[in-house]
This record gives sequence, structure tokens and C-alpha cells, in this order.
Amino acid sequence: MENNNKELEARMAATIGVEVGPQRSWDPVNLPMICHWCQAMGDDNPMYTNLEYAEQSDQGSIIAPPTMIQALTMKGVTETPAPGSVSRTEEQPYVLDMLDEAGYVSVVAVNCDQEYFSHVKPGDDISHIMTIESISELKHTALGEGYFVTELWTFINQDNEKVAEMRFRLLKFKTPQQAQRPGSAGSQSNKPKAPQRPRPGLNRDNAFFWKGLKQGKLLIQRCTSCQTLRHPPSPMCPSCQSLDKDVVEASGKGVVHSFVNLHHPALPAFDDPNPIALVELEEGTRLVAGLINIEPEDVRIGMPVKAEITQCDDELTLALFSPVTE
Amino acid sequence: MSGLVIDNQDKTQQFNDLRFDQVDVGQKLPVQEIDVTTRLIVSTAMASRDYQNVHHDRDQAQALGSQDIFMNILTTNGLVGRFITDWTGPKGRLKSVKIKLGVPNYAGDVMKLVGKVQDKWEVSGENLVEVAVTGKNSMGNHVTGTVVVALPAVDQGE
Repeated sequence: MENNNKELEARMAATIGVEVGPQRSWDPVNLPMICHWCQAMGDDNPMYTNLEYAEQSDQGSIIAPPTMIQALTMKGVTETPAPGSVSRTEEQPYVLDMLDEAGYVSVVAVNCDQEYFSHVKPGDDISHIMTIESISELKHTALGEGYFVTELWTFINQDNEKVAEMRFRLLKFKTPQQAQRPGSAGSQSNKPKAPQRPRPGLNRDNAFFWKGLKQGKLLIQRCTSCQTLRHPPSPMCPSCQSLDKDVVEASGKGVVHSFVNLHHPALPAFDDPNPIALVELEEGTRLVAGLINIEPEDVRIGMPVKAEITQCDDELTLALFSPVTE
Repeated sequence: MSGLVIDNQDKTQQFNDLRFDQVDVGQKLPVQEIDVTTRLIVSTAMASRDYQNVHHDRDQAQALGSQDIFMNILTTNGLVGRFITDWTGPKGRLKSVKIKLGVPNYAGDVMKLVGKVQDKWEVSGENLVEVAVTGKNSMGNHVTGTVVVALPAVDQGE
């Protein structure tokens, strides 16, 4: 594909490595702010809020939760930088503004990597300096086309010591709608649907099986000429070649004949890893099914299982198998 | 500072006291299920000084195309950090929290945090443990990542 962004990319590249800031904190690190954080997070670590405990620790003092580092220099409700901050100048254009102007108006955070070099304690005065560390080439993603931008935030204290570093990676992109039909986005429902399992491929041979599940029954096809059971469903008996057939209801009891714990790809509708078994029913046929109520590493060949007819969503009912605990 | 500034601790509370030698690669952390309430999203956004409207104003969040208000990234960091130090106890020292962000944590959802030790090593006198963390909600993975935490080699309290 032709890249029409040469000029934009050159301007963006010129912003890499330019230091912007420092952006200072409104207040020195302080106990009320730490306490508020810990109460909101439900974090009862005594290193953060229990003076007596913390003074007897190897640190000799309360420490701020390391993950709080970014909160310390946030501008806060007024959106104004704390006194002493050095703001971005016209000579320091922000790559995200450039991308906005070029039509890449959507943004999604991708990674946030924080490293902590020393503990921040009450009284410390924290600032951060931000640089653009890298900008990807134009990428075509599931969300749309855009650029990955990595910001490097360096947090320093009053003695100019580096206490922490944060790499913040985001994708600045335009959706296919934004690229082609500006203004049309947003007309559909905002409700994202929960991820769903794939639908079965229905046909006249297997329709009875899926219909049976909806009625809470696990069915097995039977040849009415030789009485042989078979699964998966098929038009002709593999034993006697008869086309005559009916169904019987399985008890749902069986054993794990074989299994796999699927690690990749991790799919949102499934557990990760995803335990999948070839279950041998006590009637003798085998079927592939998901396992539930079991840790993947606990699955064993030969373990007894029983079917749990499970309504996965509005349309889909499956026979999942659960270990029999006796 | 003088006296006990924040007196919200139960003095009899027992904390975990995990040592380096008690950790095995492959070990799983106790699972945490976080109720992603509106109250949690708003209070943690305020506590992290993040006043973006998508973290406290449902109407604005919906006008911008979201289902509801959602958790800010600083809180995801905070909860992942807490997940680790709840397991180690207060002698665990966070060295890094590296996360990949996935689907949003919308109000009303539940995020299940699971973790597994994937490495342990000693360097420059520090005993480090790396934990792989996943936080999953009803729509999929909200967060995946790794945390490195330093642990004491022996019980310092003895």
C-alpha cells in the first residue's frame, strides 16, 4: 500500500527524544493522599498506612505504594500543572496532537510498564519528565490503521534521583468508519456484547443433536437395522450401511478418553488455558467437549465425568463435562 | 511525623510473611475477585487524581461510545500491585509492574485476578520473583502482565 504520510512521519520522528517538563507535584508525597489511595484500592498493606509497623521495617518509614507513582504528578481536577512545572512549548509539538490533526483521532492505551528504583516516602517531592521514545511505522490493526507511540516518563525526586520509570504505549488510530465515512460512527448500539462461543454448523444430519441439547438432552444416533450407536451424526450406518436411524438419550456419564489444554490462541469466551476432552460415554460413543469445574492441570485420562447441559448464551446450548467427585 | 497518623489498622491483623525459599516456579497465587462497582471506579479515579469524565460521568462516557464508566489505568496498576503484595505480605517490595491492557472494566462487571510464579532468581543481593498476572472480566482479559517482586531470604522478624 502506498504511504501518503511521509511528511507527517518526518515531523513525528523529529519529536523523538525531546524532553518535556518537568511536571511537578502539587504536594509533596503525603500520608492523606496515600491513605486515600489505599482505602479506595482496598489495600491494607501496613507499609503504606501503619506508621508503627513501617518504622520498624527495613525502610524505617511509610512508603507510598509503588504503583501510585503516576498519581503523584497528575494535574488533578483543575487540569493545571503544579507550580514550578515547565510546560510544553511550541518548539516541542506533541506527536498525539499531530496525529489528531492528521485524522488519527481515536486512541487506546496498549501497555503500561512501570519500574521502581527506590521507594518514595512522605516528604519526597516528585516530578516527571516525558519523552517520546519510539513511534511505529503505519500499522493496520483490528481497530483501524494508526501508529503505536511509546512515551517514556522518568520520575525524579527532590535530589534529582530517578525513582521510577514508566513506558506508556498507545495506539493512535482511525477506525474504518472514520477513514471512509466521517460522522457515521456512533449510530449503532454502544453495548458491546459479551464474547460468544462459535456457533455449530447446523445441517439436517446433526440438527437433532443440537435440538436435543436445547431440551436438556444429550442424544446419540442409533442405527435401527443393527442397533449400533454412532457419533458424530451421519446419514449412513458405518457398520451395516443402513440409512435407517433413530436416537437414544445418553446418561451423560463417561470418562476422559483423551484431552488437550489449549493455550493458544486465548479466546475471550473460553477459559485460558482451555481444557478440551474427548469423552467416551458409557454408551460407547465419544464426543469432543469442553471441561468445566476443573483446573486444567488436574485433568487425567480415564477420570469419570458427567455432562452438564449448559446454556452458554441465548442461542447456544452445549454439553460441557464436569468431573464426578466421589 | 509523630504518633500513629493513620489509625485504621487492626493491630491484631496478621499479614502474610512470604519468604523467597517458600516460592516455587509454577505456584499459583490466591485468586482475587474484584467487584467493579461505580463506587470503586470513581473513588480510585479520584484517589489517583484522574478526573477524565469517562471515569466518573456515565452520561459522558456513553456519549463517547462506552457502555458505562470504566476503570482508569492507574487503578489497574494499583489493583495488580495489591494482588501481589496481598500474597507476599508487607515484606514484598514491588520492583516492576508491566501490563498489557485489554477490554475495559465497566461498572457492574467482576474482574478475576489470577497469578502464577513464572521465574525466581537472585541478583545483586535481591531475591526476585516474577509473577504472570491475568485479570479477566465478562468480556475477556482486562489486563495481562508480569510483576517482579523482591522477597526476604529469611524471616526478618525472627
